[in-house]
Amino acid sequence: MKYELIVFLPLVGFLVAGLFRQQLGPRNAEWVTTGLLGASFLLSWVAFFQVTFGSQEQAIIVPVANWITSGKLDIAWALRIDSLTAVMLVVVTTVSFLVHWYSIGYMHEDPHRQRFFAYLSLFTFAMLMLVTADNLVQMFFGWEGVGLASYLLIGFWYEKPSANAAAIKAFVVNRVGDFGFALGIFMIFVLTGSVSYDQVFAAAPGLVGKTIHAFGMEADALTLTCLLLFMGAMGKSAQFLLHTWLPDAMEGPTPVSALIHAATMVTAGVFMVARLSPLFDLSPTALHFVTVVGATTAIFAATVGLVQNDIKRVIAYSTCSQLGYMFVALGVGGYGLGIFHLFTHAFFKALLFLGAGSVIHAMHHEQDMRAMGGLRKEIPYTFWMMTIGTLALTGVGIPLTSIGFAGYVSKDAIIEAAFAADGGAARYAFICVVLAAGLTSFYSWRLVFMTFFGERGDWAHGLSKAHGHGHDDHGHGHGHGAAHESPLSMLIPLGVLAFGAVVAGVAFRNGFIGAGFEGFWKHALFLSKDNHLLEEMEHVPALVSLAPTIMMLGGLAVAYQMYIVDKAKPAALARALPWLYQFLLNKWYFDELYDYLFVKPAFAIGRAFWKTGDGATIDGFGPDGISARVLDISRNAVRLQTGFIYHYAFAMLIGVAALATWYLF
Amino acid sequence: MDIGLTHYLVLSAILFTIGVAGIILNHKNIIVILMSVELILLSVNINLVAFSTQSGDLTGQVFALFILTVAAAEAAIGLAILVAFYRNRGSIAVEDINALKG
Repeated sequence: MKYELIVFLPLVGFLVAGLFRQQLGPRNAEWVTTGLLGASFLLSWVAFFQVTFGSQEQAIIVPVANWITSGKLDIAWALRIDSLTAVMLVVVTTVSFLVHWYSIGYMHEDPHRQRFFAYLSLFTFAMLMLVTADNLVQMFFGWEGVGLASYLLIGFWYEKPSANAAAIKAFVVNRVGDFGFALGIFMIFVLTGSVSYDQVFAAAPGLVGKTIHAFGMEADALTLTCLLLFMGAMGKSAQFLLHTWLPDAMEGPTPVSALIHAATMVTAGVFMVARLSPLFDLSPTALHFVTVVGATTAIFAATVGLVQNDIKRVIAYSTCSQLGYMFVALGVGGYGLGIFHLFTHAFFKALLFLGAGSVIHAMHHEQDMRAMGGLRKEIPYTFWMMTIGTLALTGVGIPLTSIGFAGYVSKDAIIEAAFAADGGAARYAFICVVLAAGLTSFYSWRLVFMTFFGERGDWAHGLSKAHGHGHDDHGHGHGHGAAHESPLSMLIPLGVLAFGAVVAGVAFRNGFIGAGFEGFWKHALFLSKDNHLLEEMEHVPALVSLAPTIMMLGGLAVAYQMYIVDKAKPAALARALPWLYQFLLNKWYFDELYDYLFVKPAFAIGRAFWKTGDGATIDGFGPDGISARVLDISRNAVRLQTGFIYHYAFAMLIGVAALATWYLF
Repeated sequence: MDIGLTHYLVLSAILFTIGVAGIILNHKNIIVILMSVELILLSVNINLVAFSTQSGDLTGQVFALFILTVAAAEAAIGLAILVAFYRNRGSIAVEDINALKG
């Protein structure tokens, strides 16, 4: 019963707030959805401790209903509760509950709060459906459900054209990934005759070495399946090449960015790979691909994050980069490690986003960091929360121990694991993630220094033209007055997340990736016999263990030098290396490239089909053509009717003459 | 020269043709059309009487009398309609009467 309640309470919240939004009014809708989510949140933690510290070895399957039975295909609604699900349950419900709570303060001026809270609850339900799925089709249901909720929430302020464009972009880019995911599910059904996890995993070892005929060549069936499934993960988790939607998704309200585009939905890809670890583990090629993509994303997103000026975009690229770390962990075989980073990242990244929301709120919906500065004195609580988030993200801890902020424990472990793993992909990944650690530190501290230190307007000289286009502004004027601290309903969730960002790493390290691994995960994650990664990870050279800390300190030092000591430096550097600056500022020109490669041709094809195919051919020969001919004929027929009697008489005469002639001769 | 059936028939045909031509070619006055119709009826009468005399059957001449009566009635009604039409439209020119035009 507990598990049904966890999953379906948010659905109840969505239905109540959505259907009775007129009757309830904003205040009640907020309390209903937040209250139900709170109940779900408490139950999740109970379930988490019961499952992970309990003694039950096998996953608990809670049947809900039958869904599809057609021949061999048998799909049921069922909740699968094991350690992996339990971890995701607490991540999702905790962040979602805090975001609901925070939104009461953040959205208090919005006239459509009922709709907002209903969407948030809908998202939470879909995400819970995704993580509790017992088969791939149910997971796909949740997968698409979160995509829908993401679309609705990015486009929440639908009066803004940019928000609509961002929502469509997010949806379309995700379609690309989902196409691969769906094909992957088909492949699994073809290969194993089932989509249920237990049966698929049981059949998986028998598929090694099996080939399948695809695109005119023999491909390894398992590798192809895993790559297709990973394509879905790349779309959802905004990995390199399919990442373009995530920064644009920042058009949505900030709590949405924290919940969906930082802590939960974007980690669905990581969860999926971990859930399907028995499949991925059998295909080294696929794992290498995962590693390379993750590592590339980590370094790519970090470089772009260096120069962005929108406070939310910096954090968005940071999210993208951290997701890359998670995939590196999965790719080198550290499934628990990837989920551990997912777990800790959810706390500190949600904290950073909600902190950024608090800054934006304080600045009257100004998002450009160049308009900020010196906020430390005006909003000290938010400043400290953001600093804790930054310390956690950049990985501050006591070197050579595992005591530190959440990010230190999980991220540094990933770097060590990348070093400990064999193979070229892991080498490449190690270099990428170490460099990215330095870049992460730089852009994180840059954000803090630009926002909270110095004086207001220190950076305003870069803000040349048309200042005052706050991305978030909806309704009220642009203030440059004193910043004001946010209400308590926003500060308490920040405090809770900050607590998580400090202790989540140390508290759970042992279970997730330490000695308690077996007892914690039980059979939820797959580990092959010769996978000793977690052990080897502990014995890497000290220099490797120190590398991320060194990079972190280096990034901090450079950021301090450039944004506190010598404030002319950033502009000078941008002038000295204009091409590099423009390249990074324009996000490696990916949007332009895709615009040129896909969007423009798609529009051209669409226009061709529309104008030539549909308009000219089908309509021309079809309805439009026929109606035009009918009109022509009737117009000529009308012309015969002159109305003059003598014409009719003449016609009669001719007729009579013709008839007479016919009969006479 | 003996006046025979052929002469009557030719006369009748000429009258008929003049009547038809009057209807078709007349573009001026609707009364001319009525007159042309009378001409056609008369040509038919001539035919009937000629054949009646030729074949010694009086039926044709009886028909001719009927037709005259009907033609008189028709002319009366036609002219009455014309008067009414003129009061309504202020014109009885053929060119103006084309309410059936499509």
